[in-house]
Amino acid sequence: MRTALRRIAATTFVSLVLAFFALPMLWLASAPFDANPKIQVSLPGFTLDNFRVLLDDPYALRSLENSVILAAGTAAIVVVFAALAAYALSRVRLPGRDVLLYLLLLLSSIITGTAAMVPIFLLATQLHLVDSHLGVVLVLSGGLLPTAIFLLKDFTDATPASYEEAARVFGASPLQTLRHVVVPVIRPGLAMVGIWTVAQVWGDFLMPFLLLRDPDKAPASVIMYTFYTEGGQPDLALISTFSLLYSVPVVLMYLLVSRRYGFRFHGGIKR
Amino acid sequence: MVPATSTRTEAAREPVREEATDVVGLGRRRAAAFVAPALVLIVVFLVFPALWTLYLGVTDYRLTGLAATHPHFTGVRNYTDVLADGRFHNSLWLTLEFVGGSAVLGQTVLGFSVAWVMRERPAAVRRTVEALVLLAWILPGSVVAFLWLALLDRDGGTLNAMLGTPGTAWLLDHPMACIVVFNVWRGTAFSMMLYTAALGNVPPSHLETAKLAGASTWQTLRDAVLPKIRGHALTSLLLVSLWTFNDFTPFLITAGGPENRSEVMSAYVYRTALGEGRLGFGAAISLVMLLVNLLIAFAYLRALRRRRA
Amino acid sequence: MDISGRLERSRPHPHLDSRFHSRLTAALAFLLVGAAVSSCGGGSSSTDPQRNAKARSVTLTIARNAIVGGKNDAEASWITKTVIPGFVAAEKAQGLRVKVVYHGYGVDDEAYKTKTALDLKSKAGADIVSLDGIWVGEFAQAGYIKPLTDVVGARADSWDGWGQISSSVQQLGSFQGKRYGIPPSTDGRVLFYNKKLFAQAGLPTNWQPKSWDEILAAGRALKRLPGVTPLQFNAGTAMGEATTTQGVLPLLAGAGAEIYANGKWAGGGAAMKQVLGFYQQLYGPNGLGDKKLQEEAKGRDKSFEEFANNKIGVLLEGVYLWRAVLNPKDGIAKMADRDQSVGYALIPAVAPGKGVKGQSFVSVSGGAIATINPHTKYPQQAFDLLAYLNRPDVVKARIAGNPEVTSRNDVNADALKDDPFLTYVAQKVLPITLFRPGLAAYTQVSTALQEATAGIVAGHGPDDAAGRYTKALEGIVGGSGNVDAH
Repeated sequence: MRTALRRIAATTFVSLVLAFFALPMLWLASAPFDANPKIQVSLPGFTLDNFRVLLDDPYALRSLENSVILAAGTAAIVVVFAALAAYALSRVRLPGRDVLLYLLLLLSSIITGTAAMVPIFLLATQLHLVDSHLGVVLVLSGGLLPTAIFLLKDFTDATPASYEEAARVFGASPLQTLRHVVVPVIRPGLAMVGIWTVAQVWGDFLMPFLLLRDPDKAPASVIMYTFYTEGGQPDLALISTFSLLYSVPVVLMYLLVSRRYGFRFHGGIKR
Repeated sequence: MVPATSTRTEAAREPVREEATDVVGLGRRRAAAFVAPALVLIVVFLVFPALWTLYLGVTDYRLTGLAATHPHFTGVRNYTDVLADGRFHNSLWLTLEFVGGSAVLGQTVLGFSVAWVMRERPAAVRRTVEALVLLAWILPGSVVAFLWLALLDRDGGTLNAMLGTPGTAWLLDHPMACIVVFNVWRGTAFSMMLYTAALGNVPPSHLETAKLAGASTWQTLRDAVLPKIRGHALTSLLLVSLWTFNDFTPFLITAGGPENRSEVMSAYVYRTALGEGRLGFGAAISLVMLLVNLLIAFAYLRALRRRRA
Repeated sequence: MDISGRLERSRPHPHLDSRFHSRLTAALAFLLVGAAVSSCGGGSSSTDPQRNAKARSVTLTIARNAIVGGKNDAEASWITKTVIPGFVAAEKAQGLRVKVVYHGYGVDDEAYKTKTALDLKSKAGADIVSLDGIWVGEFAQAGYIKPLTDVVGARADSWDGWGQISSSVQQLGSFQGKRYGIPPSTDGRVLFYNKKLFAQAGLPTNWQPKSWDEILAAGRALKRLPGVTPLQFNAGTAMGEATTTQGVLPLLAGAGAEIYANGKWAGGGAAMKQVLGFYQQLYGPNGLGDKKLQEEAKGRDKSFEEFANNKIGVLLEGVYLWRAVLNPKDGIAKMADRDQSVGYALIPAVAPGKGVKGQSFVSVSGGAIATINPHTKYPQQAFDLLAYLNRPDVVKARIAGNPEVTSRNDVNADALKDDPFLTYVAQKVLPITLFRPGLAAYTQVSTALQEATAGIVAGHGPDDAAGRYTKALEGIVGGSGNVDAH
């Protein structure tokens, strides 16, 4: 009796959660195929015209490529640098590391805010990083790294050092140990930080917009805002369609990563 | 959570999870080299502009106009202005509601519940739910804003159609409730993942024991699970609080309105810095936000230390 | 996870510690000083208008908030398909190798303004930059743009196009009596009304109110129709600048005041109270407008949709509504019978002769300008391109298929003759129109005006809202000495 009740409760809960998370996404499923979409979900007068228009758009598809470049570049830097730093910080007590990490975490909120744009822009100008993808990647990495280190350090802290000790006994260098012993253990954490980074970069508008001049280099987050009229009214047909195209790569990435690396936080080692 | 493996007697007294001494023979020099790449990027692209921004906070600097070329040092004027600004008080209060309601309560409770319930669901169900929850997290903010506008629209909104309440202007009548629910939807994924992982680290034997002892779900959670995941819970709380505090997406849905009734801090900064070009003032608000964030962090850390005690 | 970081514990290598520390500090200090110093100097800013005037091979960049396939597509296509090939060919005929690059953007005005300001601030960016006319003053004050004569020399004043641009429209690109750029086009604001609804309500379909009372009377007649919002004038903060330009400012002009005149900003005096009183008739209890529409984040879009669906009687809007929103061909809220069903009327003063400068009808106009980056490498060639952009035949090519009111009288007289509405704007509206002051404080003043109307929407009285507005205004413009409170 109790298990039956429990099962009913769990099923109800699961259905509610599914409904809650799926409901808002209906628009993304219907509007792109609608010839004349509104800000509401409706059964579309089915058409693929919106996609055709976007295929002909000189910036739409290229912007997705640019987004991939920015996201992949930033994710690579953030994951590798954060992993190195988090590992060292977890295993060796550098002076004041915790205070420092917290301060950086807090400072990163200033940088992602709008008030810091002038310093960042002028800095990028001095470093000749304006209008280059590298500039955007470096600026974004700087802002995301503290959180990434924080997350990964939490992971490494939670894994025992005994395997590393063993590796050391067998004469492995620290980098080898990191590569072959630590990385496999914290891989779900790396995957999670990677996805988090990609999602952050994928959605970021202000920095790439300010730092890139040539529209050929603009990522999708910037091009998304071009589908408005001069008066600021959205062209819903193009926006909804582009939203769909814009969302597909991150979803694919998630599926890929979760299949290959088991996108979870599992400690990984049974104890 | 991890048995202390160090041979040093001093370290053995340390609480677990603190690999205080260098068991892997990294050495400080190499450790510094490991940290260096990240640190360089952080110093150049984060610390430096952040300090510069803090400096702008004591000037009347603006993006355009006379104050753009000849900003004046104004001391604490911006700060006294911020603290005296009724819009700031309103906005700070709304932000605390927003963080408390959506991050601390909403995301944490829902995230944990999903993680807990999903342990015993079939893989297919689990995958579907997790994928949907994650989708809400990784979709770009500008896309998500349209999704929610379509859901809550006054005339043809999906919600009104389902509830049979045509014409209810959710975003106008309950703006805060809307962005709180929205942010639960948006951010639950992180807590869900973190708690899924944390629950995976709870030794099954503990749960078995609790079950055999006839403990209720609530008792199991309290006695066997909570002590094991407390560290994770605090990490999660700290991060989601910080993120939510600085989250800008609500602005895309309500534009801070109506009548500033949903103008959370990030929207307030956006309006002053980008809308009005008052960068000095905006920088001052940023520092105030940072201090509030610091207070939140301190509160969590105190809780963490109590756990250790 | 431990911020208190048990620092008191003995450290294995204290000397290494401190060395690491001091090195870090040194590196940080070096970086800070280095960047601070270099940000002061920088940029080889030659101010000689004749620099590189003899260059045989030149690259110029045009930037504006228009992008092919997106926002302002027609304008972007005009630049890439007509202007650039035409200009390059013309220069080639004179033996010059010119390359013109187009940087098109498609973002909010605020974002575009920010980006442009940052580019100009860093002495970089495009050679020909497009700005909203209301930014000219603040950009000039910041030193981001310079008078055209300073940048290119005397030929800027002797350009033959000035004779075709009326002096009021030239104001768009001027600041303190100096020309900073050339406005390509302008617009105006009128009352749009739905003739079908007017007929149903027993009102004349050929309507021209002569006072605010006549507008309200029409509104009361329209209110009898079910499901119709009689009058919609933009108000509140959600609409942003639309509230100011399409609401407060034309009404204020109708009440006899300008927002900025004789060095003072208009406070919450009699004229402002009249304006807010009018708003109360719309959004107060039993008002003639839909106040929720003024609060919603996408309220303006919805007002367009509702007007196109015959649900709004009278809407105060810009030329844009006719040209790009209701346009049956490619508008965003198409109205198939626009030409038959939509009427337009001048905005009356509160009573005949009571408007600003004794006018009986008023309007507010805006528009962009194109200016030359003072740090361009090629000032002379950039001016050639700017002049080319405003050549009559090139301007005609711009508005072919997308008619609008250009800044040039010769083009308007010729190209708009088949478009009764735009001819009406060019002939009836432009002579009575006002432009907004291009000062840095304007954006904040504009916000204060929006908040004043938002107060009315929220149920405050006009006196109350006007008092709050005066107080906010004094804080913005530096004290009551800069405010005209009568």
